[in-house]
Amino acid sequence: MALLEVRNLSVEFPQRRAVLKALDQVSFSIEAGEILGLVGESGAGKSLTGASIIGLLEPPGRISEGQILLGGARIDDLSPEQMRHVRGKRIGAIFQDPLTSLNPLLSVGYQLTQTIQSHLPLSAQQAWQRAVQLLQDTGIPAAAERMTNYPHQFSGGMRQRVVIALALAAEPELIIADEPTTALDVSIQAQIIELLKRLCRQRGAAVMLITHDMGVIAEACDRVGVMYAGRLVEVGAVQQVIHAAHHPYSRGLMASIPSTDVTRERLHQIPGSMPRLTAIPSGCAFHPRCERVSPRCLAERPVLTPSDATLTHHPVACWHPLHANHALSAEDSA
Amino acid sequence: MTRNPLVQVRGLSKRFDVSPPWLNRVIEGKPRQLLQAVSEVDFDIERGQTLALVGESGCGKSTLARLLVGLYAPSQGEVLFEGANLHDTLAQPQGRALRRRMQMIFQDPYASLNPRWRVRDIVAEPLWVHQTVKTQAQCLQRVGELLESVGLNPLDANKFPHQFSGGQRQRISIARALASQPEFLVCDEPTSALDVSVQAQVLNLMLDLQRERGLTYLFISHNLAVVRQVSDQVGVMYLGRLVEMASTETLFSQPRHPYTRMLLDAIPKLRPGSQTRLPVQGEVPNPLSPPSGCAFHPRCPQATDLCRQQRPEMKNFQGIRIACHAVA
Repeated sequence: MALLEVRNLSVEFPQRRAVLKALDQVSFSIEAGEILGLVGESGAGKSLTGASIIGLLEPPGRISEGQILLGGARIDDLSPEQMRHVRGKRIGAIFQDPLTSLNPLLSVGYQLTQTIQSHLPLSAQQAWQRAVQLLQDTGIPAAAERMTNYPHQFSGGMRQRVVIALALAAEPELIIADEPTTALDVSIQAQIIELLKRLCRQRGAAVMLITHDMGVIAEACDRVGVMYAGRLVEVGAVQQVIHAAHHPYSRGLMASIPSTDVTRERLHQIPGSMPRLTAIPSGCAFHPRCERVSPRCLAERPVLTPSDATLTHHPVACWHPLHANHALSAEDSA
Repeated sequence: MTRNPLVQVRGLSKRFDVSPPWLNRVIEGKPRQLLQAVSEVDFDIERGQTLALVGESGCGKSTLARLLVGLYAPSQGEVLFEGANLHDTLAQPQGRALRRRMQMIFQDPYASLNPRWRVRDIVAEPLWVHQTVKTQAQCLQRVGELLESVGLNPLDANKFPHQFSGGQRQRISIARALASQPEFLVCDEPTSALDVSVQAQVLNLMLDLQRERGLTYLFISHNLAVVRQVSDQVGVMYLGRLVEMASTETLFSQPRHPYTRMLLDAIPKLRPGSQTRLPVQGEVPNPLSPPSGCAFHPRCPQATDLCRQQRPEMKNFQGIRIACHAVA
């Protein structure tokens, strides 16, 4: 049984004139101990998926359809009070900006011990020892002395280590990491990814890693899902999606990433831009930008299933998926 | 290759006074504090070429960019634009003509456009400031042309910035920068706020514009892959100093400075196991108290006693310029 199962999740934002569908029938699952990546451009619904799972959807946003199951039990219909016990205890969260996810007025040690004591039945002294241990595990030098420091006394990379320690404080089964390295420099980013991978492997925690950086996905994840306009368009093993994506959008996205290994005259570019939520195209949301578009793409929405086992290796939502060895058409111009 | 540099930077330094207020210094006996943001930087940018500067946050890239367009005055050294001292010329009445020839594109397309102005006013402002247009009709036509040249619709001129996506906004800032027909563009992280697919569109646009108009770019980025795509020369900065400067081809095929190698290693690769990664150690030190000798020595795997004591000078070495005791 999968640790986390998301079934047909839809999230709506009621507006004065219309209802915006920010997530549309998203389904995926995460096995225990697995690292699943979610990629997509800004506004594709990656962070919203994460927020729905930890029950932190900002009103008026609401789950209009679908279920979220953690360890086989539904967590999307829990009361806020019940959800507070799941969040932190069973699902940990790491956000992009380590400065805003820590309270600037409380010492790091206080924040850690509070978190530990609210989820685990430990005495203040035990919680303190555990907090020091956690800081040590995340690679903070002189952890015992730094417990009394405040967040502003830490550098960006160190702060993110503290946030990781906080997320791991109650030994959660699942960690939602929303752009954990985006605010950091490359050299620090590599350290944090390594740390996250190592700690989660050690503790057997599953991770949902939300990022727009394919390099980070390639380094850290087992499987990856590609999102576009609130829909999951492709899910598969990392190397397959990166090097042999079936969906034309995923293929275009991968080709537009500049590389340090080769220089190309021009980068591949996908024409146009992602639709606004107010005007999501009919059928397949990608059809106005797709080079393989057919009348069927305008009329019918493709679902995320392997349409033909001989054609595709992993689920893809496309009527005309690309073969593994299918090359992208000639460079499209600006 | 005939050398015809458009911009020459000679021994450029910038210090910022970050001392506590006078009263605190007197009462608490705190000392004056100077932050050395850029130290003794030398380089040339050839006409029609792109020089990229890379480095982590706090290494002085953006300060250098602002020095080069005259937004900051240097503490030491000089910037020569076509052989004439830039900051002296800008201080004189004829400085405005020089300012027309250099423009800047900023990182955040959400912060660099006035949200209360229509796009036509944003793009037209340099036209009026530099008096390149005389009438409203002329101005509107010119704005239309500029928007078209960056791949937007001339009808977009009546919209407000919030009606555009991040990539389109960055196109608007490029159109604004091109309005005064500059020769030299300083781009400070122009794509780091954008998604990869949008980044590809903006980078391609910048390359096309460079080819059409013979523009010279100073391109500042922390992303080495982007730098490889756009630049002819690359300078790597660490704590305010240039540590390595080479042609793009050489730098990526043969990175010499340990810091450059570390930066290249740190980039997550799409292909697994293509290279065993050196574990990156440590963080960028506090620029208020930089390490002695070579500023990189606490993180450097090849550090020796010499590195701890003596700062390596920038030397010419096998066609590149490098400041490292272990290499040259």
